Formats: sequence, C-alpha cells, structure tokens
Amino acid sequence: MIDKTTNQRAWFLVLPVVVLVAFNALIPLMTVVNYSVQETFGNNVFFFEGVKWFEQILHSERFHDSLLRQITFTGIILLIEIPLGVAIALAMPKRGPWVSVCLVLMALPLLIPWNVVGAMWNIFALPDIGLLGRMINGMGFDYNFTQRPLAAWFTTILMDVWHWTSLVVLLAYAGLSAIPDAYYQAARIDGASSWSVFRYIQLPKMKRVLTIAVLLRFMDSFMIYTEPFVLTGGGPGNSTTFLSIDLVKIALGQFDLGPAAAMSLIYFLIILVLSWIFYTLMMRNEEQ
Amino acid sequence: MAKITLDKIRHSYLEQPESPADWALKQLNVVWSDSGAYALLGPSGCGKTTLLNVISGLLRPSAGRVLFDERDVTDIPSDKRDIAQVFQFPVVYDTMSVYDNLAFPLRNRKVPERQVKQRVHEIARMLDLEDLLHNRAAHLTADGKQKISLGRGLVRSDVNVIMFDEPLTVIDPHLKWQLRSKLKQLHQEVGATMIYVTHDQTEALTFADQVVVMHDGEVVQIGTPVELFEKPSHTFVGHFIGSPGMNLLPCEIENGLPSFFGHRLETVRAVKPPAGASRIEIGIRPEFIRFADQGLPVEVVKVNDVGRYRIVEVAHQAHLIKLVLPEQLPVPERSGWLAFERDKTNVYVDGWIVT
Repeated sequence: MIDKTTNQRAWFLVLPVVVLVAFNALIPLMTVVNYSVQETFGNNVFFFEGVKWFEQILHSERFHDSLLRQITFTGIILLIEIPLGVAIALAMPKRGPWVSVCLVLMALPLLIPWNVVGAMWNIFALPDIGLLGRMINGMGFDYNFTQRPLAAWFTTILMDVWHWTSLVVLLAYAGLSAIPDAYYQAARIDGASSWSVFRYIQLPKMKRVLTIAVLLRFMDSFMIYTEPFVLTGGGPGNSTTFLSIDLVKIALGQFDLGPAAAMSLIYFLIILVLSWIFYTLMMRNEEQ
Repeated sequence: MAKITLDKIRHSYLEQPESPADWALKQLNVVWSDSGAYALLGPSGCGKTTLLNVISGLLRPSAGRVLFDERDVTDIPSDKRDIAQVFQFPVVYDTMSVYDNLAFPLRNRKVPERQVKQRVHEIARMLDLEDLLHNRAAHLTADGKQKISLGRGLVRSDVNVIMFDEPLTVIDPHLKWQLRSKLKQLHQEVGATMIYVTHDQTEALTFADQVVVMHDGEVVQIGTPVELFEKPSHTFVGHFIGSPGMNLLPCEIENGLPSFFGHRLETVRAVKPPAGASRIEIGIRPEFIRFADQGLPVEVVKVNDVGRYRIVEVAHQAHLIKLVLPEQLPVPERSGWLAFERDKTNVYVDGWIVT
C-alpha cells in the first residue's frame, strides 16, 4: 500500500481557472439572471418582480412570431446547406493539384467578416444597381428585398447559404478523405452501386463530422444577427426580425432590461435543449 | 472457377516509366491453376498488392493481359470478374448487421432472398459467426470484423478466385493461428482458388501448396515449400526463407567445380558459368552443413543455443558461415572442419541458380 497524502490545499491550484470562468461566464450570466427578475426605472433602483418577465415573454405574440421566424429560417438553411455541402464535398477531387485550389475557394466565404457579408449582399441584391437584383428583375420577376418579405427571405437565405455551406463542405470533405481506399475497393468487388457506396460507406463514415456540422450550423443560424441586420435591418416590417434582432431591439432600443434578460435566458435554454436533442438523435446508434 | 493466366503483365504507377526502378511489376508470366492454394510472399514494397489488384481488376496493368481460363478480362471491371478480395484492414459496412454484411455481395447481384439466407447461414457456420448474425457489425472486435470480411469473400459460390491481402495483420497472435488454420480448412471445404499475400514466411508456408516468391517487381520462384527450402532458384529466396537464411559464399569455378578461397567444394553436377558473369556464389543452407574430420578449416566465432538446436557461427578468412546443429551434435572448442552436403550445395551466378 502506498500512503496517499491528502492535501486540501491542492484546490488552490485550480483557483485561476475558477476565477477565469467566473469572470467570462458565470458573472455575466448571473447578471442577466439578476436583471430578469427585477424591474428598474433608472437611477440604479431595482424592484423584485419574480417570474413576471418570463410569463410576459412566454405569452407575448411578438416573441412567438420571431421564434417562429427563427425556427423557419434555421430549418430552411439546414435543409439546404447540409445536403448541398455533402454534395459539393462528394464532387470535389480526391487528390491532385486541384484539391488545394478547391479547398481555398471553399474557405474564402468563411474568411469574410459578417457585417461585410451583409453589406456585400445588400449592394449585390439592390434591385436597381445590384448585379443580382437587376438580373432577377431582368428575368421578369418583381424582386425588391427592401419592400417584399418574400424577396427579403430569399436574399437572406441565399446569403447564408453562400456564406456557410463551405463550412459543411469542409467538414464533410474531411470526413470523406478519412475513408480508407479499401472500403471503396471492397464495395467495387461486392458489386455495390454508387448509391449503396454513399448510403453504406460514405454517409456512415461522415456521421460524426455531419453531427458537428449540423450542431454548428444550427447554433450559429439560430443566433444569427449581423448579416440580416446589415442586409434588411429586420424588415420589411418585422418579416426578417429573428430572435437576436428582436432581443437587441428590446434591450438596447427600448431599454427594457428585465424583459430582455428574461428573453435571453429563454433563448439560451431553447438553443441548449435543441442542441441536446439534435446530438442525442444523431448519436443514438453510436453506443449500445 | 477458372485458371488464371497473367500474360506479360507489366505495371508502373508513373505516366512515363523510364528506369527499371519505375516499374512496380517488371514482366510477369504466371499461371494460377484452378482451386490451388497459393501464397504470394515477398518483402513490403515488392509489388504483391499491385499484382493482386491487377488480378482483381482494381488496377489496369500498363501492359499485358489477364486471362480467366481463355477469356481476356484485362478491361473488365472488378464487379464483373467474379472474384473476391479480403483486405489488410477489416472492411465492414458499419450500419448493417452481420447478416446484412454477409448478404451484401449476393443482394447486389439480385440473388433470390431464400438462397441468400441459406448461403449466409452456411458461411456463418463455417466462420463461427452464427450467434452474432443479428448484431451490428460496428460493435465487433477486430478479428470478428475480419471474419466478416472473409465471409463476404466466401459467400458467393461462383467466384473464380479469393484473394487475401495480408488479412491477419490486425489480428491478435493467438487468434491469428486459429484463423489461419480456419482458412486452410475453408480452402478444402470451398475448393476455390485462393491467393494469400503475406510477408511472413510461416504464414505462407503453412497456408499454401504453392508459394510464389516476389522480389522487386519480379516473381523469382514458384514452388512448394520444400522446393523453396532445398533449391532456392534465387539468392533472395535463400535469404528470405529460412531462419537464419542461406549462406552465400563468393567463389570461382575451376574445372567445373566451385572453389572458395582455393578450397574446392563438391556439387552434384559440373558447373559451367556463362561468359561475362560478374558474381558467382555458393549457396548452402545452415541446416546442410556439419562439422567433420576434414574439409573447410574454420574458426568457431559464436554459439547460440535456441533450445532444440544450436546456431553456430564460424569464420573462414573473415567470412562468416552459419550452421544449424541439432542439440546432441558436438561443437569443436576453437576450430574445426566443415563438410557441405553435396546435393544441397548450389551455385548462383548473378543471383540466379545454375543447374
């Protein structure tokens, strides 16, 4: 038997980390929790209100509307970006000089700052001077994203697909290149069709990276703010006011700290729960 | 079932091969007879896998033809060649059950489900996979997965040849032995031609009736294990097979007999070296040398007792010669004389045997 010395002072060694985590996560979060249960009329005077703001937010039609818009937006971009990203990754060359060219081209949109993306697409899609806007109008469609909700949605989704499909491509491509040649050779000898190769080899082998891709795209798109803010400013009307745009309007536009804090917490919990559901669903077959 | 003929096969991975070193396969003419058990033996990088992929059609050779019986299959894709191949690392379809994995090659070829069932159960019984048939393949151990790979190779009854590309590399030593004897037994049960690629001589010699030894993109010898041992046709075979490998002693030819530092050695037949030969050597296995009362004088350098026999290193004029002696035979203290078995002493010119 070895005598183990017990020394509680070892806890001090983790103190720096605790302090760091406290300052960058716990304290700001607790501030929000603090605001969410109080009412203030300025002058740094606060009154305790209990769960009043939570009830108000949960029953507010405005919140329901932006939540619905948010879910619709995220659903649409996931349905487009994931299959499209996988398809592009499958079509990319496996080896040779073109690999690096393709990878760089794919990475380019990811390197552009969000507000620049918004500004770029704003100009690109302007109906009178933008290349895209003029082209669509030239084809006979009445397209004006500053005035028509449908056009605004179309442009926002197109912008997000342009900006973020690359991320799915890169992840899927990484998953694909990790598949040993022997799998393809075995499949050829087994007489598998190219659909079978995709269904039974490529898709299962990409599962882990695709889970990460879905989670990242879900979280990022659910929190999307800068690009639609720069592109449409949430309009026309409220048609592209997603949750975070709405939240900023309440918190900084109306300076309603209590309702905004309550909404932040609800928002945060929704993302947490949905991420957990996605993860559990996609990983449910991994261990038995 | 078919006889497989490789007719003047050459292959290079480069677009425009120039030097001989650019060729992965230098020029092969090999005939694999129907339902033989072959081992393809050679060091890593000698072209074994390339040769296998040429037969299976995963690779189109730069030149030459592949014939199954008399049919030229050089341009026929793998899935139409009716062959099976098992790879070094197990390939299983993760999302399928063991049963579906085994059924996959049959279902792809539209075999009726009733026949699939019968065939899968038959193969599962041979490989002891019956209890696992409904488990998911992804959860099996490495040797279980490799058994599935083997099973997918064996499940079709109409294959011309089953090829194994170092299939036991990832298997634990004690299971290796089991699976190897299983393969041998399967060969007898199934009766298909089998080609087993390995760089392990024990594996090759236990599995095969005929061993094909490759070196540097060339086939240097095809023969039974005994032939490879007693009459290696190339010094590489002598060196690669057997442990320790064959002794090679530089010599000159005088009146048709080799002479090693002026000491004449007996061979079965008189030797006539071809003109312009640059390197002449005597090859003799350590097992066929004994100490005697007269012969080649040597100094004893080192004696290694490895249990049932001893490996003795002796030297003549700073030339090391190894002997493998049964335990009961005496070893002289410091110096003695060597006698070489006459019919096991071979002469090699530029690496190739002279007969």
